[in-house]
Amino acid sequence: MAHTVVMPQLGESVTEGTIGQWLKKVGDSVEEYESLLEVLTDKVNAEVPSPVAGTLSKILVEEGALVAVGTAICEIAVEGGADDGEKAAGESVEPTPAPSPAAAPAPSREPAAAKAGESDRGRYSPAVRRLAAENGIDPGALTGTGSGGRVTRNDVLKALEEGAATVKPAPSATSSRAVAEPAGMEIQGARAVIAEGDEVVPLSSVRSIIAQRMVRSKATVPHAWLMVEIDVTNLANLRNRTKAAFKAREGVSLTYLPFMLKSVTSALRKVPIINAQWNGDSIVMKKRINLGVAMDTERGLVVPVIRDADRLSIVGLAQATQDLAQRARAGRLTMDDLSQGTFTVDNTGAVGTMLTYPIINAPEVAIVTMEAVVRRPMVVDDMIAIRSMVNCCISFDHRVVDGADAARFLRELKRSLEAYGPDTEL
Amino acid sequence: MAVKTFLEAIREGLRQELARDPRVIIYGEDVGVRGGVFRVTDGLQAEFGADRVMDSPLAEAAIVGTAIGAAVNGLRPIPEIQFADFIFPAINQIVQEAARMRYRSNNDFEVPIVIRAPFGGGVRGGLYHSQSVEAFFAHVPGMCVVIPSTPYDAKGLLAAAVDQPDPVLFLEHKALYRSVRAEVPEERYVIPLGKADRKREGRDVTVIGYGLMVGFALSAAQTLAEEGISLEVIDLRSIRPFDREAILESARKTGKVMIVHEDNKTGGFGAEISAVIAEEALFYLDAPIVRLTGPDVPAMGFSPPLEHAFMVTAEKIAEAARELARF
Repeated sequence: MAHTVVMPQLGESVTEGTIGQWLKKVGDSVEEYESLLEVLTDKVNAEVPSPVAGTLSKILVEEGALVAVGTAICEIAVEGGADDGEKAAGESVEPTPAPSPAAAPAPSREPAAAKAGESDRGRYSPAVRRLAAENGIDPGALTGTGSGGRVTRNDVLKALEEGAATVKPAPSATSSRAVAEPAGMEIQGARAVIAEGDEVVPLSSVRSIIAQRMVRSKATVPHAWLMVEIDVTNLANLRNRTKAAFKAREGVSLTYLPFMLKSVTSALRKVPIINAQWNGDSIVMKKRINLGVAMDTERGLVVPVIRDADRLSIVGLAQATQDLAQRARAGRLTMDDLSQGTFTVDNTGAVGTMLTYPIINAPEVAIVTMEAVVRRPMVVDDMIAIRSMVNCCISFDHRVVDGADAARFLRELKRSLEAYGPDTEL
Repeated sequence: MAVKTFLEAIREGLRQELARDPRVIIYGEDVGVRGGVFRVTDGLQAEFGADRVMDSPLAEAAIVGTAIGAAVNGLRPIPEIQFADFIFPAINQIVQEAARMRYRSNNDFEVPIVIRAPFGGGVRGGLYHSQSVEAFFAHVPGMCVVIPSTPYDAKGLLAAAVDQPDPVLFLEHKALYRSVRAEVPEERYVIPLGKADRKREGRDVTVIGYGLMVGFALSAAQTLAEEGISLEVIDLRSIRPFDREAILESARKTGKVMIVHEDNKTGGFGAEISAVIAEEALFYLDAPIVRLTGPDVPAMGFSPPLEHAFMVTAEKIAEAARELARF
């Protein structure tokens, strides 16, 4: 018998994912828990394990397709009778909806208003899409009379006749789509000019997700920006004095990053509006402090998250960042590593920059960078002194955060980083 | 106007062509003395003489090959392949020579031949007397493939085929020969190739077919009309050239298309129609295009249940169209 594998829920707030790569072909045999395919949600490839042992008999969704959680993605032929199916259905993966076309509503884990009987929810024929677009109506608002409650072309035509043309597109459309194409504006980006000899490289899935998210953030979030310079001479001395022993004791190198993360968490506690999220008609004050740390990998930018970073010591933060960095480079991050960030730190100093204007990782409301630590002549007590200086830049969502809040946050960050002394215990 | 069977309409068409144009000759296996195994050419040898209606050796490559030579030298031969199943020995002559002669000779030579061949199943013909061969030839540029569905069309399309300066494969469904009767005008008339005939207007589903399938589709349409489902039936009449406009117009109108043929599904002519609709009318489609065809098996069985399982019938068309209408 065939066991249908559905798109799993890969994270708490994840409602859909892009099929990255099928790791098995039709006809391949798979073991239970063996990886079937890669799914791209957020900025990473997560592997989906097979819920049963058997033979991959049918691939229902091609690579590159975006599918909702709960959608059937492949079928696995399982040897033996119905017993296997029952056992399989008991696994964590959702059981297949009954095969009858008039079956009960599909599992409605999608937050979008799912109507009863919509097994083909959101899937419309080309004719329905065209008519709906031409007349500005939302096919999802119509009652389908086709098989399985499908909205047919005749349903749209009937609605038009009945004057439903005034129905506006539902505002409750999934947030990602609605935000990606703001307010019906269709501004086309400038097209590349391709000359002879130029190479055209197709977008990888990761690249296209990054592009989508950057455009969304820049197009919908009013970015504002501030910078402070911070004297980390004492911290530099502390680090220089302890780094060899630290490495020997903890097995990881002691960089400036864990100090930065530690200071960021304490500054976030003092200025909680920075650790918030924009929610359309409200602001969500996040209780936990989960720090995303931007990292460069061969596949592109990823932002793994250190959960409850405020509860970790310098040692804990150093180990957590090293672990995430290693797994990011190996492409082995899981969905859990990438979700639920509340604030992002970008260690741009690692690539030697002095000043950066980062793009906010929406729906977070701010992102802070730590630039390169450099020794510069500074005025200290009316004397010129050589000091180790670092710039920290913040981009913030001005809908939520005012300049004074952002400045207060940077002041707290500065105060905290400058408070380290050569004798601070790690 | 006299009522004639499909077969009689073709015979009358052939007689008129022989009488009208001295360049027309007919030959094939048993077409002369015997008058053809189906009696299509019955009486023509007696009327026009053994010089113009003659029996040929049992050699299809030679039948078509000599017809090509005769055509290039000024005659207008109408060779007969006794059963379309036996056309394959002649495929080299038809595809390599006849269809490409105009191109190869830079327009100096042309091959105005009409190859008649009874085809199709449902007549207890078994493997060697039931095949549908149209897709092989519809693939070839330079060919025309004509498949009439009624006595009226058979006569009018035959006249057009004879007028056509390039090779025409004229496929006559055996099950139609004596089963359909209709009024056929006495005088010669021409139905242009590449013009489909909308046999029935409808709004819910378009059924596209040719040959024997057209009558089945009309009968299915009658059944479904009683259920409130309205089928539009398009008879292609020729599949090369075929009437793109008629297909697209109807597809855009109903948004649901079903193509029926008795030939196998894979690589059958339905695939071409389906592709054209997908290419040019995608945004009018309200359902996946449906192909209802013979199965992809090597041959039609001889036993009646196997033959029935293979054949596309009015009932099968009605069932599939009903499902498509409900989609």
